[in-house]
Amino acid sequence: MKKTVAYTVLIFIISLQLYNSFAVQRFPKPEFESGYIQPPTSTPDPRSEAFAILDVVVLIATLSVVTWMVLKKRNRNGVFWISIFSIAYFGFFCEGCICAVGSVQNVTYALFNPVYSIPITVIAFFAIPIIFTVFFGRTFCAGVCPLGAIQDIFVLRPVTLKSWLLKVLGLIPFIYLGLSILYAATSTDFIICRYDPFVGFFRLNASFTMFMLGGIFLLLGVFIARPYCRFLCPYGVILNLVSRVSKKHLTITPAKCIQCKLCENSCPFGAIDKPVQVKEKEESHKAVRRIMLLTIIIPLLVLIGGYVGSRFHENLARVNHNVQLAQILLNPNNTQPDSFEVTAFKSSGKSTEEFFKETALIVNKFYIGGWILGGFLGLVFGLTLTSLSIFKYQEDYTPNKGTCLSCARCIDFCPVKEDER
Amino acid sequence: MESSDNKKSKISRREFINSSVRFSIVLGIGAIGGRLLTRSHARQMVWQLDTSKCIQCGRCATNCVKTPSAVKCVHVYSMCGYCDLCGGYFRPETKELTTAAENQLCPTSAIRRKFVEDPFFQYDIDEKLCIGCGKCVKGCGAFGNGSLQLQVRHDLCDNCNECAIARDCPAGAFSRVSSDSPYLFSGFDSKKKG
Ligand code: SF4
Ligand code: SF4
Ligand code: SF4
Ligand code: SF4
Repeated sequence: MKKTVAYTVLIFIISLQLYNSFAVQRFPKPEFESGYIQPPTSTPDPRSEAFAILDVVVLIATLSVVTWMVLKKRNRNGVFWISIFSIAYFGFFCEGCICAVGSVQNVTYALFNPVYSIPITVIAFFAIPIIFTVFFGRTFCAGVCPLGAIQDIFVLRPVTLKSWLLKVLGLIPFIYLGLSILYAATSTDFIICRYDPFVGFFRLNASFTMFMLGGIFLLLGVFIARPYCRFLCPYGVILNLVSRVSKKHLTITPAKCIQCKLCENSCPFGAIDKPVQVKEKEESHKAVRRIMLLTIIIPLLVLIGGYVGSRFHENLARVNHNVQLAQILLNPNNTQPDSFEVTAFKSSGKSTEEFFKETALIVNKFYIGGWILGGFLGLVFGLTLTSLSIFKYQEDYTPNKGTCLSCARCIDFCPVKEDER
Repeated sequence: MESSDNKKSKISRREFINSSVRFSIVLGIGAIGGRLLTRSHARQMVWQLDTSKCIQCGRCATNCVKTPSAVKCVHVYSMCGYCDLCGGYFRPETKELTTAAENQLCPTSAIRRKFVEDPFFQYDIDEKLCIGCGKCVKGCGAFGNGSLQLQVRHDLCDNCNECAIARDCPAGAFSRVSSDSPYLFSGFDSKKKG
């Protein structure tokens, strides 16, 4: 009996000690005589949960309205006003977070880190635009995405870019997507959020460099329409691929294309496919040769890409905070005082061996990630080559289902009226 | 005639491929969503820093996307010793315990010293002035009870998808916490508010 009591007391004391390890009560709390009442520590609540639900409701509502405007009403003005609303709501009111573009990282992070419990609203922001795109094309990009919308109102004097340039620059988003997934999966950083050029405007607060970057993008966007969307956006890559198989899609003409060429240059994004004359039929042995070549080249490119990626894994890993810290710990610089990182590590009481082991695991993840990333980019490169060499026959002016942002500008250029039956 | 038949069959073949790809995309998104839903959270997650890890490096004041920072010093009164010589209020080399600005540790004079009864003083943080630099927190932790603590104030925080301080915090003190217990005070009464 006595023993148990003694143990309980001991355990109690030890647990108290552990509990107090940071805050040492050096000075006991005074016993006030004047009837002093201690004020409470204030703990203001976060934004109410209702707002998060409201965000998702507004997302679905704006997506539905834009889709209706693009596919049924065929009305550019409607799309424009919804973009203004999206800038106001998803941009300035929500201050840019959470957005579908960034949610890619949350989803990856959640898939690779079971401890992170991802809020349902974030899943909704990731999935709902994709589902809409599968059925109706990139109507999300047309007027719901705040990043796209703010660029869209700056599309004033768009110039036409060469199609080979579009293809080359169009590879950048794949690299960006691959990197952001790699860094999210390894819990390193959310680079899409870090280098989001427009969120500073939405918050009316950002570092000077980010403001400059955002400003440059917007000014550039006057001539090169929506530069972020077309040549950077990682979520746009996903939507681009998904949209190619979409069930419905914006059409330029309400009835039948009469090849009047009026819409030819109406798309600021160069997303209208022109009619291609029927070429002489390719000789069959040539086609066979080409297919053989591609079946060799694509796997080869994947392998080369993967190998190169894995070679660079240490450079990729250097972004990771733990890897950086491990490097400093391995090569201590005694002439300078400890950095904050080193101080914090020393005061955390973690053993160096354990930490190095953990870091080695992270670096290993980057090695695997380097292979996958490189292989993926090799594949993308190969497929782009293929798409250049494949000859697509087409009669009419049609929007390219992948790159068309469903902004509905071209509709006004088509002279054909809907047949009234 | 023949060629138009050919075209039709080509179109229907393409439509068939498209719809199967479409189906698999929806299925894939459903699978990812379903998998994540099993461990997702109906509540929002908000950013908070763990006071027991924080080393008061000063980046909380500079790296927040808001100016001034959404991180502020918070006084946990129930841990305070109400000292006359407050390690969080006065500079270490201070001779006279007066409220003269040159005696104060806080660069913005955000701490208010109020006489309670001999020899005790109450210290309040003026959050409008506090920039979250953590100087007072360091002083209080070194010489006092550690009742001054840095915390993300959720009325000010934008809850960025990735907190700009979190990625640069040298101590890894930031984490996402559930919005129903959004503060991480360390000390005697981190469970009850007080
Ligand atoms: S391409 Fe990206 S940034 Fe542009 S509108 Fe679409 S999702 Fe938004
Ligand atoms: S960045 Fe981290 S260590 Fe520095 S003051 Fe903020 S919480 Fe403390
Ligand atoms: S010393 Fe820094 S953290 Fe403390 S109250 Fe002043 S501004 Fe805030
Ligand atoms: S989440 Fe954003 S606003 Fe909140 S403390 Fe971090 S950087 Fe500041």
